[in-house]
Amino acid sequence: MEINATLFGQLITFWLLVWFTMKYVWPPITKAMNEREKKIAAGLEASERSKRELELAEHKALDIIKEAKQNAVMIVDQAHKRSVQLVDEAKEIAREESKRILEQANEEFAREVSQTKEELRKRLAGLAIAGAEKVIQRNLDANTQATLLSEFAAEL
Amino acid sequence: MSTQAMTTAEYVQHHLNHLTLGLKTFSFGSNGFWTMNLDTVLISLFMGLLIVALMRLVAVRATAGVPGKLQNFVEIVIAFVQKSVTDTFHGNSKLIAPLALTIFAWVFMMNVMDLLPIDVLPRTLELVGFEHFKSVPTADPNMAFAMSLSVFGLIIFYNCRMKGWSLVKEICTQPFGIYLLPINVFFRLIEEFVKPLSLALRLFGNMFAGELIFILIALLPWWSQWLPGGVWSIFHILIITLQAFIFMILTIVYLSMAHDSH
Repeated sequence: MEINATLFGQLITFWLLVWFTMKYVWPPITKAMNEREKKIAAGLEASERSKRELELAEHKALDIIKEAKQNAVMIVDQAHKRSVQLVDEAKEIAREESKRILEQANEEFAREVSQTKEELRKRLAGLAIAGAEKVIQRNLDANTQATLLSEFAAEL
Repeated sequence: MSTQAMTTAEYVQHHLNHLTLGLKTFSFGSNGFWTMNLDTVLISLFMGLLIVALMRLVAVRATAGVPGKLQNFVEIVIAFVQKSVTDTFHGNSKLIAPLALTIFAWVFMMNVMDLLPIDVLPRTLELVGFEHFKSVPTADPNMAFAMSLSVFGLIIFYNCRMKGWSLVKEICTQPFGIYLLPINVFFRLIEEFVKPLSLALRLFGNMFAGELIFILIALLPWWSQWLPGGVWSIFHILIITLQAFIFMILTIVYLSMAHDSH
């Protein structure tokens, strides 16, 4: 075992290697390792978060579906009511219309009856007069006849 | 297996010599202290550049997305080192984790050289004319001490920076109180100096002993080498990893001790 100048050479080599490792090897590699560690941690966290968000979204979707169902039931209900109402209204209108038509027809009828009556009365009067003329053609003068006729017409 | 001309002692001796470069004469051979163990320097440099280049490649292409196989592997190592650091060290330092990573990866790669068959590199290089070659840099005390002394320097640096004047008080009054000041200082000095010494000698001793056992196994007759060689190699995989790990952990522990007050 002999110590000689090799010691100095090895000291220099050693420190050069240590310096190089410290400057150019250790920092980039550990940086990459740390970055990866952070990346993995962030990834895990993100997956956890998205899992929670998914759960939340599912809940929300369920709520929305429930609400939509309720709405649908409500709308159908409303529509039902409305249709009943519409039918009722239509019935009412039809009834009124029919009443009006009936009244109109009645009026028309009454008018026509009275017209006909008037006509008949006139024709009957004419006929009666004609009949009476024929009966009493010779017995009565024109004055008496007129009086009688007007009396008759008033009685009629 | 050694050449027939060599005796056992010669073979062992042969394997314990470094490929040396005298820095004064600038020729192969020893110049006393001013000698450079070329094998240690080259192999450790090669291994160091290999790991640094590999990790730099990953660092450049590092993605926070899905990592490739290579990035995944490097990230596993880095996460392991980072966990070791944060388990022990509670301060805030940009240096300690990369330092620990460098130590772990580099020591491991240099230790792995021990798993190469003992004669592969020396024999190959012998053909080109180099007489000696030791292929495990961590079995060279220079290598181990270079790292442990660096750690020692850092311990002193952090002690001073984090504690300031309270360091003086700590040295003078612990563990026995101010009345036994010389003993306190003496104890503290031993405590501190033992750290780099034990750190370096543990690594060096383990790798050197391991290598020596491989040398001894290589001296057995060729038909019987596979069993002890295989067993020792498998066991050595554990030692290689363990020693790299221990060096790293103790570095972290010492530095965190320097950070926290006693």
